[in-house]
Amino acid sequence: MSEKPKVAWYWCASCGGCEESFVDLAERLLKVFEAVDIVFCPVAMDFKREDVEKLPDGSITVALINGGIRLKEHEEMVKLLRKKSKIVIAYGACSAWGGIPGLANLYNLDEALERKYLEVPTIENPKEVLPTKKIIVNIPEAKMKAELELPEPLPVLLPLDKVIDVDYYIPGCPPTPDVFWNALQALLSGNLPPKGAIVGASNRSLCDECSLNETKPEKVLVKEFKRPDKAKPEPNKCLLAQGFLCMGPVTRGGCTALCIKGNMPCTGCFGLLDGIVDYGGKAISYFGSILDYSPVEEKEIKKAFDGIPDWIGTIYRYSLAASKLSHKAGIKKPKRIKEVVEI
Amino acid sequence: MSDSKGEFEPKIVVYACNWCTYAATDLAGTSRMSYPPNVRIIRVMCSGRVDPQFVLQAFADGADGVIVAGCHPPADCHYIEGNYKAYRRFELFRKLLETMGIEQERFRLEWISAAEASRWVQVVNEMVAQLKKLGPLKPNLEVRE
Ligand code: SF4
Ligand code: SF4
Ligand code: SF4
Repeated sequence: MSEKPKVAWYWCASCGGCEESFVDLAERLLKVFEAVDIVFCPVAMDFKREDVEKLPDGSITVALINGGIRLKEHEEMVKLLRKKSKIVIAYGACSAWGGIPGLANLYNLDEALERKYLEVPTIENPKEVLPTKKIIVNIPEAKMKAELELPEPLPVLLPLDKVIDVDYYIPGCPPTPDVFWNALQALLSGNLPPKGAIVGASNRSLCDECSLNETKPEKVLVKEFKRPDKAKPEPNKCLLAQGFLCMGPVTRGGCTALCIKGNMPCTGCFGLLDGIVDYGGKAISYFGSILDYSPVEEKEIKKAFDGIPDWIGTIYRYSLAASKLSHKAGIKKPKRIKEVVEI
Repeated sequence: MSDSKGEFEPKIVVYACNWCTYAATDLAGTSRMSYPPNVRIIRVMCSGRVDPQFVLQAFADGADGVIVAGCHPPADCHYIEGNYKAYRRFELFRKLLETMGIEQERFRLEWISAAEASRWVQVVNEMVAQLKKLGPLKPNLEVRE
């Protein structure tokens, strides 16, 4: 019997990027395999839920969970993993704050399903089939019926810590291999930070590790907000000082300012610094501070703010589901999900 | 919250600037003006100190409405342009409320000088009446059948 720590990795509503970041550890991956036993990892290995159920409670050392909680199945699985694990880590922005899929919390699930299954131009669905709880498929050739139970969606997407107790968070969309590696080292060395901590990243803002910080003026004041798809940023000059809405000042560091190196403003995937309770609220506070108009110039202020396209996606790109309001008011439970459909 | 007759009594959190609005609420008191008891006043040094996060926190903690109040622009602000900052922030904040499906009447940014006790009383009266019409915020933020 090996005495290696057991690690489980589960994905919820995920794009696959977080799993990719694991693979991006490259040769360091071999060291991970040497150091731990992977006991559950549906993306890469054929373990089943029963295998996890059979493990004694608390026998998994670390469970890494990425993606947001969107299905009943996710909810059940993470509760099971919580029971079986000593440490649970929310891995990546989706798990920590809802991430990009959390932006769907602006819509009723019915609206989202209709958009996805009926309206999107690339969809062909003449029978208007939508997800159901159970599907019975008739197979005339075999003179039989097959039954499929589908996992039921939740009315809104939830970050992991709204469903189970979370010990640590690894930020990023996805976390960079270095951030993941740092976090793994910290965890496997038993050198554990206080519960609830963000591991692998910094608690200083991204600007602190950005090479353009030296060119950022003491006081930034802008007349308009520019978009990188409409105007080209000058290289080697703080993007914010040029009018591009860089989220660096309100975002946690740790990624080494990757996007800025690619001449793109930060969109905030490393999330909130300690002490910030609502990323979008803080972002609004910051935009208001740098806009160079007085209240009498009401029209100019409106115009400047109208220059921010998809502005909820700007202030809450990764954190709407974890915001103080968490979803659009008046969201109702879905009506269009049928119990059984026979085809 | 409801009164003895079971009527809905809105809870309103007020962030009042020390130099103008807070002084106006004081003046209303010493002048023995009366206004509905639905407000909970939090004194801040400047309307420019009010972070939209504070307002979101108040809503999340059960406020049905929030007022941020400070000194008249352009020149009354004790810190020269804190009220400008508040104005720009809350202009954008209103857009957030709209997108999140929260009625605009639940939030007010007001300029009330130290002498305008009657304006203070009027704002509270108006807001209480509006919120009574709208009802509590909480049920809207719960996912319902
Ligand atoms: S955090 Fe980013 S990379 Fe990870 S699952 Fe979510 S969207 Fe994908
Ligand atoms: S605002 Fe953006 S570009 Fe400027 S220093 Fe901060 S992270 Fe770098
Ligand atoms: S620069 Fe910003 S958006 Fe880009 S990886 Fe870093 S934290 Fe994420």
